[in-house]
Amino acid sequence: MAKRKTVVPFHGTAEQEKQLRELIAAHKEQQGALMPVLQGAQEIYGYLPIEVQTIIAEELNIPLAEVYGVVTFYAQFTLNPRGTYNIGVCMGTACYVKGAGDVLERIQKRLGIEPGGTTPDGRFSLEATRCIGACGLAPVMTINEDVYGRLTPDEVDKILDKYL
Amino acid sequence: MAIARTHILVCGGTGCSSSHSQALIDELNRELEEKGLLGEVQVIKTGCFGLCALGPVVVVYPEGCFYSHVTEADIPEIVEEHILKGRIVTRLLYQETVVDDKTIKNLNHTKFYEKQHRVALRNCGVINPENIDEYIAMDGYEALGRVLTQMTPDEVIQTIKDSGLRGRGGGGFPTGQKWFFARQSKGDVKYVCCNADEGDPGAFMDRSVLEGDPHVVLEAMTIAGYAIGAHQGYIYVRAEYPIAIHRLEIAIKQAREYGFLGNDIFGTGFAFDIELRLGSGAFVCGEETALMTSIEGHRGEPRPRPPFPAVKGLFGVPTILNNVETWANIPRIILNGADWFAGMGTERSKGTKVFCLVGKINNTGLVEIPMGTTLREIVEDIGGCIPNGKKFKAAQTGGPSGGCIPASLIDTPIDYDNLIAIGSMMGSGGLIVMDEDTCMVDIAKFFLEFTVDESCGKCTPCRVGTRRLLEMLEQITSGNGTLELLREMEELCYYIKANSLCALGQSAPNPVLSTLHYFRDEYEAHCVEKRCPAGVCKKLTRFVIEEEKCKGCTACARACPVNAIIGEVRKPHHIDPEKCIKCGACMETCRFNAIVKR
Repeated sequence: MAKRKTVVPFHGTAEQEKQLRELIAAHKEQQGALMPVLQGAQEIYGYLPIEVQTIIAEELNIPLAEVYGVVTFYAQFTLNPRGTYNIGVCMGTACYVKGAGDVLERIQKRLGIEPGGTTPDGRFSLEATRCIGACGLAPVMTINEDVYGRLTPDEVDKILDKYL
Repeated sequence: MAIARTHILVCGGTGCSSSHSQALIDELNRELEEKGLLGEVQVIKTGCFGLCALGPVVVVYPEGCFYSHVTEADIPEIVEEHILKGRIVTRLLYQETVVDDKTIKNLNHTKFYEKQHRVALRNCGVINPENIDEYIAMDGYEALGRVLTQMTPDEVIQTIKDSGLRGRGGGGFPTGQKWFFARQSKGDVKYVCCNADEGDPGAFMDRSVLEGDPHVVLEAMTIAGYAIGAHQGYIYVRAEYPIAIHRLEIAIKQAREYGFLGNDIFGTGFAFDIELRLGSGAFVCGEETALMTSIEGHRGEPRPRPPFPAVKGLFGVPTILNNVETWANIPRIILNGADWFAGMGTERSKGTKVFCLVGKINNTGLVEIPMGTTLREIVEDIGGCIPNGKKFKAAQTGGPSGGCIPASLIDTPIDYDNLIAIGSMMGSGGLIVMDEDTCMVDIAKFFLEFTVDESCGKCTPCRVGTRRLLEMLEQITSGNGTLELLREMEELCYYIKANSLCALGQSAPNPVLSTLHYFRDEYEAHCVEKRCPAGVCKKLTRFVIEEEKCKGCTACARACPVNAIIGEVRKPHHIDPEKCIKCGACMETCRFNAIVKR
């Protein structure tokens, strides 16, 4: 359900809204502006709650339903904030045949969350991602910008310890 | 450019970057500065060398020393010994390049590179992709100059047609033909697009080109703009490729500064510019009409064809869309001529193809081979066979739209038509090797999970059909399959293929059909004997202790988390199948290999 609805109260700041409006103004005249604006907005807020979508809809003169339709269509847009550490386990074919499923299972057990979920303290969120193209290192996971390759379930525990 | 006596090339592709090659560059520069060598020795961050399995990779020229698995701790030794004293650090060399203590082999004569022929990848791992001068030094933008000053648009299109180049994104449509249709379409505004939404899992050819040689794409798109009469180009690139995006941004900026993009290119009055658009994680956007809908700012849903994009494409005007690798071939074809290109490959598939060789294979990496090379040459010679002495079972090409090539067809020469004939497809170039430990039913299920997730939902055969197909596969892997179900499943596959709107749905059943065709015995083992021959499907796997091998050491019984193993000390143990949760802990513990999966 969290995939379709924002469950966290909105705490946007005036500074963020100013940035958002500047972003929209910069793209307004461009053909097909909605995607770049949503991508920029997610960088500003970290996610795309309905409040942000409403501003974008009004400013770009696109129905809110259409904005919401686009947001929920693409996997990278999120309606809920991600954890401080966002873990992505690559589920591309190369990683899968080399045991990414076991890696994912270990993380799920350890953190008690499913892919798409966030731990209650907001520290970790977990995603099963599409191929990130580091197939030479399979199986691979990312924690924010850091990439960890040639994983085994036991190594996963050690890596997660570093972020606790 | 300053003249340097030594060049140190460090791979900055995604594979090596992930194993911290940037830290190596920083460390190299620091060490060189300390030794006062910065001017005479240059450190260059390049694109992918191809041999990702050995990353991070550092190559030192003029000697051509290929150092593999380099760590930060190795850097002082490389600088001190090799750069300062001229003594090669043999312990870090890629073993295949070492002939004896005194001699090293040219990299191009190693098994991995020997059979390759680099056209699309010619600059990858050779130049600094963030420096336009290095691209120009490799004849960059010369093809564009020749096209704009010496050729008519029709001549350009004829050259591409004569070369026999076909689309490298998977479909294999003749590129020159596509350009010809777009040129014929009337209209003041036309667009040129580049498909860099490389979504097939296990495929990173396009990313490697963008990261290693971004200017080649800009040059080729500008050539196409001139040929069809367009003045604006769009590159649609996956947001998952941050390094590629960064280098494209730099390349576009530099090309504008040098006047290769903009209003008056080469003083000919021809105007062309390129804009970057990012995807946001939707596999279907790799389909041409869905990609255009996405650039327009909508949900990335495909549109029925006709009208084809060459007639009515992006924002409703004539558009051509080519894949990154297709673009990477264009400038070479212009410079070397159509005959040169048509001289490579097979009767109906000309030139070379880049593959990503991944999965259960020793030399994981990026390879470019002439069309017509056999799968055996790729797996055994270039790939260096399968790790741990396991047997080759199948290779998967074409991603979720493709199929599996079984061991019995390993001598098939790879080209568009041969792959289609054996029930797979070229796809964008992912080539995933599987060994005897891979369950083919499980692989089919893996791809179906992918397509179910990525189906855009617009047409029912794909949205509902793929979901039903996945449910059937789940039934089979959980032990509830029947032979009747296999028949129903096959029927549903053909229905989905015939009735889906776009290529995603039309090709989604391919992984099922091809595994069903070549590995029917495995499906039947799942359905009739309720057994997974590869021991992958957990619900069908049974762990058994072979009595004659068991010494009764009790190690397994102590390792079992659910106390499912019973037996007296020094007497054969056995596993209670009711209690066993199939975690495999016992098998890992046993020192006598007495525990097997059945």
